[in-house]
Amino acid sequence: MKRLLNTLYISNPESYLSLDGENVVVRRDEKEVGRVPLHNIDGIVSMGFAGTSPRLMGYCAEKNISLTFLSTSGRFLATICGESKGNVILRKEQYRISDNKEQSLRIAKNMILGKVYNSKWVLERTIRDYSLRLNTEILKEKSEYLTASIKSIQQATAMDQLRGMEGEAASVYFSVFDTMILQQKDKFQFDKRNRRPPLDKVNALLSFTYTLLVSMCKSALETVGLDAYVGFMHTDRPGRASLALDLMEELRSVLADRFVLTLINKKMIHASGFYQKENGAVIMEDETRKTVIFAWQSKKQEEIVHPFLKEKIEWGMVPYVQALLLARYVRGDLDAYPPFLWK
Amino acid sequence: MLVLITYDVNTESEGGKKRLRKVAKQCVNYGHRVQNSVFECMLDTTQLRQLRGILEGIIDVEKDSLRYYLLGKNYKDKVIHVGVKESLNLDAPLIL
Repeated sequence: MKRLLNTLYISNPESYLSLDGENVVVRRDEKEVGRVPLHNIDGIVSMGFAGTSPRLMGYCAEKNISLTFLSTSGRFLATICGESKGNVILRKEQYRISDNKEQSLRIAKNMILGKVYNSKWVLERTIRDYSLRLNTEILKEKSEYLTASIKSIQQATAMDQLRGMEGEAASVYFSVFDTMILQQKDKFQFDKRNRRPPLDKVNALLSFTYTLLVSMCKSALETVGLDAYVGFMHTDRPGRASLALDLMEELRSVLADRFVLTLINKKMIHASGFYQKENGAVIMEDETRKTVIFAWQSKKQEEIVHPFLKEKIEWGMVPYVQALLLARYVRGDLDAYPPFLWK
Repeated sequence: MLVLITYDVNTESEGGKKRLRKVAKQCVNYGHRVQNSVFECMLDTTQLRQLRGILEGIIDVEKDSLRYYLLGKNYKDKVIHVGVKESLNLDAPLIL
């Protein structure tokens, strides 16, 4: 089993990254500010503009270390993709499934099932933990809707129908998202999901966390030899890691959304750590972003028992395990793709 | 696990300086320099074996020495640091 390795985040835009032997070296104003042996990390996320040496890019591509560039506001810019390697037979089979409507639907259905199930769990968990403090009626009502939704997803016969059900379930879930914000309520309000740009603090946090999650999913898929750009539910579009987006669906609520709620409810971040641009976009201050990344790294190291494998793993390994299970299904070793159903 | 590697390469003899440079370079590749000839490396068993193979191919066992201290997974309670240049914790979030 793969080991959970660390991710190196570059938060200062003036940093330049280069390769020295087996180390990544971070320079700022011609001065070395840090070096890390590359065998200790499985991803580099750079939020800077000074850049990276092509030699480091080549090395990362070869060693399967994901190298992602984000703008300072956290928007995804680019990722480095080297020579295709790994198992060509597995990838060809993946393309065949992706071209086949029925087979794609079978996988996508399980993924969406996972997504709705996990969203429901997040609601149920809030009901259970805060039954005295909250008006749980509304949460219960939405949770029942999601139960019904799970049933109808199982009966979906076409991809468009499935997409409709998914959208419906997501909007029901997000309609009570605000209820789950228990602290700093006057400063963190959630009305509805918006992005590009996010228009409030909660959306800014969600968008940033999703970006971190999708890069985890992408490198997980590449590690097991699947093509992250060929999806089953998300259609092909140049530069979009569709399969990573597919894989992310079932993890959004349990990993990202709950993480964002924790940040707010445990008062780990404060409203003063954000600012608004002229176009309404809400951006995090550097310090806030650092706090979020710190918390994200420790969240990744928390141990859980994987519900399907019954094995103790870290949260950070979940995308990798799911990618592995997906690869096994594509190869024909499993009868169905088992989504991550968190309890 | 955390492995502490220390070495003593005799630079008075023939080719000593060259060996010293080579050993240091390999140690930098695998770990973090905490003091002049002391390195902290986060390695798994395979990587440790690899590194040992490389280092032991460079040194001259008649004149130099290498020591490996295997500190295991719970190394955090086993290391105390005083003074400048605190080492990098490779398990903690890495933000530069």
